[in-house]
Amino acid sequence: MLEFWFNWIILPLDSMLRLSTPLVLCALAGMFSERAGVVNIALEGMLLAAAFAAAAAAYVSGSAWIGMLAAIGATIALSMLHGFATITHRGNQIVSGMAINILVTGATVILGRYWFDQGGQTPNLQGDARFESINWWGAEKVMDIPIVGPIYGEVLSGHSIVLYLAFALVPLSWFILFRTRFGLRLRAVGENPAAVDTAGISVIKMRYLALVVCGILTGIAGSYLSTGGNVAQFIPNMSAGKGYIALAALIFGKWRPVPAMFGCFLFGLLEAYAIRLQGVEILGIGSIPVQFIEMVPYVLTVVLLAGFIGQSRAPKAVGIPYVKERE
Amino acid sequence: MSQQRIPAWINYAVIPVLNVLAAFLVSALVFIYIGVSPIDAAKVMWQGAFGYSEGWGYTLYYTTGFIFTGLAVAVAFSAQLFNIGGEGQAYLGGLGVTFVSLWFGNALPAIIMIPLVIIAAGVFGAGWAYIPAYLQAKRGSHIVITTIMFNLISNSLIGYILLQVLKPAASMASESAILPESSWIPRMHEVLSVVGIDVTPTPWNLSFVFALLCCVFVWLFLWHTRWGYEIRAYGANASASAYAGVSSVKIVLLAMILSGMLSGFFALNMISGDVHQLKLNYVAGFGFTGIAVALMGRNHPVGIVLASLLFGFLYQGGAELAFEFPGVDSKIIVVLQGLIILFSGALEYMFKPSVEKLYLSLTRSRSNNDEEAQNA
Repeated sequence: MLEFWFNWIILPLDSMLRLSTPLVLCALAGMFSERAGVVNIALEGMLLAAAFAAAAAAYVSGSAWIGMLAAIGATIALSMLHGFATITHRGNQIVSGMAINILVTGATVILGRYWFDQGGQTPNLQGDARFESINWWGAEKVMDIPIVGPIYGEVLSGHSIVLYLAFALVPLSWFILFRTRFGLRLRAVGENPAAVDTAGISVIKMRYLALVVCGILTGIAGSYLSTGGNVAQFIPNMSAGKGYIALAALIFGKWRPVPAMFGCFLFGLLEAYAIRLQGVEILGIGSIPVQFIEMVPYVLTVVLLAGFIGQSRAPKAVGIPYVKERE
Repeated sequence: MSQQRIPAWINYAVIPVLNVLAAFLVSALVFIYIGVSPIDAAKVMWQGAFGYSEGWGYTLYYTTGFIFTGLAVAVAFSAQLFNIGGEGQAYLGGLGVTFVSLWFGNALPAIIMIPLVIIAAGVFGAGWAYIPAYLQAKRGSHIVITTIMFNLISNSLIGYILLQVLKPAASMASESAILPESSWIPRMHEVLSVVGIDVTPTPWNLSFVFALLCCVFVWLFLWHTRWGYEIRAYGANASASAYAGVSSVKIVLLAMILSGMLSGFFALNMISGDVHQLKLNYVAGFGFTGIAVALMGRNHPVGIVLASLLFGFLYQGGAELAFEFPGVDSKIIVVLQGLIILFSGALEYMFKPSVEKLYLSLTRSRSNNDEEAQNA
């Protein structure tokens, strides 16, 4: 019984936190961008670019923090490119997002090969170039206490600082979005930009600011992928659809930080079980094909979008370039 | 500045060419950065894609694939539907081809098999596009997100089918058995040798002709039938066409089914025409590139053929490039693709104001000169 508890509840919860960290950060990033009216399917590419920049800079400098800064720089640059195309030139936001995603898949491999010559990977990171996990006070001593012990010692303790940072950013994002003037204006720009414009606030400036925030958050997410988790190097295409899943979690969370985080937990938990269930025989069912568990988040998103399990309404002005006046 | 004074050729020729040139210019910088002279690279690519008969064959083989996925995006886009699901629909088309070929291929002759394979590719692709289309038309879900999700679902689904159903017992790799020969679409060098033309053997196959027929069909359908007119009317102004009595449900379903069918046909070129088996991730980004093809081709079949040829050249040339310069990854073509989508799609109108201004100032000064000449 205790073994079952540990293997099927504690360890999956532990993996869930690790797996959902990049999702949570990307979902928050998407939230700022889309709340301001800019659709951001470029999350996928930005995450990949950040993972690459973090690993490359951390390897060269020997510091994971410098890696994170480089990642944030890279994602802010991509964010600004997205803004330049969609806000300044009123280009199609989805086309711009696709372009960024495709561009990054190619560019990371090209630069990776040119810089490190390891088939697009970066070298393995050692020492300070990666974020070490932090063991909480007394984590090993409490493990014997039933139920609470493993939750404290295994699930909550022993992650890298980026993970804790990510979860601290959830309430902070909520505060910024719903309790500050900046947040109010940001939400208004995504709902009714013309009214915001009339009030004398620059729609263009607000949208660019939202994209800067989006860049910072995806930068942190990417640095977690390549320097903050179990993997300590960049591997081509390591974002593997996480940007799209984060977008799905955002829709699940109805563009709100805390529900979006729970959406990420759901997808993280499914992924954790998909890994654990590989090749396991379940009494009466046989083994569940991993591919079907992999599919669940995507199917759930489709079902949700079709309004079968509640409506999720996007900000009204999302996807529409703002035109100040008729020319 | 009035719109009427700008001739159409500026919109349809000058601006797309400028956009592509901008993309090339930026990628030239990338080449310089990684220590390859862009001029040498261009020479290698040109030579590799058009310099000899085998290169031509491969270029046209890739072109064929892009025509299918580009047309697919364009048809959906005529109704303002953004079908990002080309990747998944082409993948499913491949599944249809594989099923039909494995089930009937040993019993039926090629003359029946090939039409059957074409139908299977189209039906499976269309079926995979139908679900997101239905959900958008009836339940109001967003086609972009749903088709992205369907790409990812198709990955898992086909991964499962390949591993559990189609993988031959003796094989280790996730791929189906080789399809029976009666389902193979003939290669062009075989066809041409019958009429006495000698061409180097390449994967270029008869799907190329079928792709061109699809272009003619799409052109006739969109511009010369009532349904096509309704699709374009809906795309131009959905609410106005609703007032005119066009059913949005019908248009969304029709445009997406047609789009999915064209994506599904992609399997004809690559599976029936070349590799003769279904492999994991065989579509390899052609579905996404279809977006670039459609954008560059301005959603018109003629434009799409030209854009497909450009991308076919980039693909084949890029492969030669990686072969010629060992330090260069063939992924450099993906960078180029991204830049082309960026400049000709998202930054579509960046050059427009300055080009218009330039054109107007040129024509104005010319008409002033004319007036002066008359006065004198």
